[in-house]
Amino acid sequence: MSYCLIVDDSRVIRKISREIVESLDFRVAEAENGEAGIQACRAEMPDVILLDWNMPVMDGYSFLQHLRSMPEGSAPKVVFCTTENDLSYISRALDAGADEYIMKPFDKDILTAKFQELGVLPASHSL
Amino acid sequence: MTEAEFEALRVFLKARSGLALSPDKRYLVESRLSAVCTRFKLDSLSHLIREIRTGRSIALEKATIEAMTTNETFFFRDKTPFDLFQDVLLPKYLKERAASRRLRIWCAAASSGQEPYSLAMLLKEASARMPGWHIDIVATDISTEVLEKAKAGIYNQFEVQRGLPIRLLVKYFAQTGEQWQISPEIRSMVDFRYLNLLDDFSRLGQFDIVYCRNVLIYFDAALKADVLRRIANTMAADGSLLLGASETVLGVTDALALDPAHRGLYAKTAPANVTKLFAVGSR
Repeated sequence: MSYCLIVDDSRVIRKISREIVESLDFRVAEAENGEAGIQACRAEMPDVILLDWNMPVMDGYSFLQHLRSMPEGSAPKVVFCTTENDLSYISRALDAGADEYIMKPFDKDILTAKFQELGVLPASHSL
Repeated sequence: MTEAEFEALRVFLKARSGLALSPDKRYLVESRLSAVCTRFKLDSLSHLIREIRTGRSIALEKATIEAMTTNETFFFRDKTPFDLFQDVLLPKYLKERAASRRLRIWCAAASSGQEPYSLAMLLKEASARMPGWHIDIVATDISTEVLEKAKAGIYNQFEVQRGLPIRLLVKYFAQTGEQWQISPEIRSMVDFRYLNLLDDFSRLGQFDIVYCRNVLIYFDAALKADVLRRIANTMAADGSLLLGASETVLGVTDALALDPAHRGLYAKTAPANVTKLFAVGSR
């Protein structure tokens, strides 16, 4: 079973995201900021990470830079999932090593399609 | 709406669009046509059906057909048909059309344009391998409303996120507030035209690749066979057809045969052509 880490300071978003990701047959862990996310990655490197941008302690952008410098840190697929919907943010995220970008609000169809595009979910999983 | 009125609507939709409305879809009529009633200032579905039966309002007939046909689509829908295009069909035709350097693609029932634009982006990405090639993408639909949306190439945030890789969004779209417009360069690659699948296809010319996905499911068996036969007639001898994941030609027509190596991909049935497709297409 693939492993997904959700890094978001909103408990509500973490709960909604968890429900969607678990319904796609992923094992899920949560972290409430970037620093907690890095600790979770040290314990076990996820297959895919859903990452918020604005968070206290360590934001998503810093988390991603840190992650990509870690041993094995290039392995997880990282999907930004944020209300920062401006093209300039998307470009910054991709430059920093994000694999995909979801603009909130989102739904299960969008997440499923992104996971399929990244190859962490089979294309046969119906939308 | 009485049984007789529902039956009259069924007959009208079948005759004018091919849509086979089964009795269990009665709820759809009410949910989809109430907005048409409001728009045309009709006080009930019964009134709408009476007006249609008079044949006086072409605009009302068109709005009714458009409301009852399903336009849901998204970029790179189902993924596999686009992987097939990149990995199987494009290499095949780059080789087999090397002399003419011409490729013609038809997206039948293209709706709001995501399917032809997905192909146009893939072709743009492959353009370095295709210098001097002339590509035609013809995209047709029965709904003038969705064709106008398709031509404008403007999509909301949900639409650009359903299946479109973010790198292609950044590369080929311009952001205007919460809307995203596909670039003029990609838009210019697609020729959108009105076409009812009940009508003659011959003026469209001949195609190498035809996408006709998730539309035949709304037709009855006889009409499916007729449309597939006429699609086969538009295809080059070594042309390829892609149907939706839940659609098949099996038991419907002998004019086309499934490529056993690739689900959803069909070729004309002449034995030489099938063998050729399978030989080139197999991974």
